[in-house]
Amino acid sequence: MSTKNQTSIIAEPGKQEVYIVREFDAPRDMVYKAHTDADMLAQWMGPADRVVKFEKFDPRPGGSYRYTVSSQDGKEIAGFHGSIHEATAPERVIQTFEFEGLPERGHVAMETALFEELAGNRTKVTIHSVFRSVADRDGMMQSGMETGVNDGYEKLDALLRQM
Amino acid sequence: MHAIRRDVFQAIADPTRRDIINLVSAQPMNLNSIAQNFDVSRPAISQHIKILVECGLIEITQQGRERYCEARLAQLEEVADWVEQYRRSWQEKHDRLDKLLGKMKNNKK
Repeated sequence: MSTKNQTSIIAEPGKQEVYIVREFDAPRDMVYKAHTDADMLAQWMGPADRVVKFEKFDPRPGGSYRYTVSSQDGKEIAGFHGSIHEATAPERVIQTFEFEGLPERGHVAMETALFEELAGNRTKVTIHSVFRSVADRDGMMQSGMETGVNDGYEKLDALLRQM
Repeated sequence: MHAIRRDVFQAIADPTRRDIINLVSAQPMNLNSIAQNFDVSRPAISQHIKILVECGLIEITQQGRERYCEARLAQLEEVADWVEQYRRSWQEKHDRLDKLLGKMKNNKK
């Protein structure tokens, strides 16, 4: 088994963008599918101690998506939604992103996900998010701290036991 | 109305403020000597310093008649931690995705 793939984040101070870069040991069409299928997204997208429900993910131009994050006992914590601008399998998805819990609407980010084929049936995913302001970007990145890291690996452990 | 954010992230969001932090991290300086390093007006520099003070990155000390700005850099470590927390939350998601992709590959065989 090779060493674990590392996720890297590029977020320069004072900029309104962030890059999330990751390589996967799987072919591109598969990685693309895991990023554009509601059932599959729900299995990996949430913070580890939360339940993620995708109401829909409609990967076509003019399509849309919405998902919610709930606690284990079913209490909804957050909702997110956006429109799909482009979904070109298996190489590119461009969509908007909005967190519904902010005090005012309109703090929307544009996300471009690129799926690149690598040698050996591997795939590199680059997600580039551009926010309307530096404060929007920083706020979004910081909000993950509250929900993301708690009880980190529980869900992963559960998934591992299933296999 | 939005509360005005006063934290380390707001402090470093502005390039002039980043330059001011750089300057005074080398040695404490008074407002005039800081302002001499910039093309913008003294009141503008003063405003930036006010924000930096409110964000806790600069402390003002009185030395005789002069007021000196001193850098307080410990807070900047918060920035690195914050990106690392965000990175770890994505690392967790992607680790779960690895497992899912592993399952998908097995199902195909």
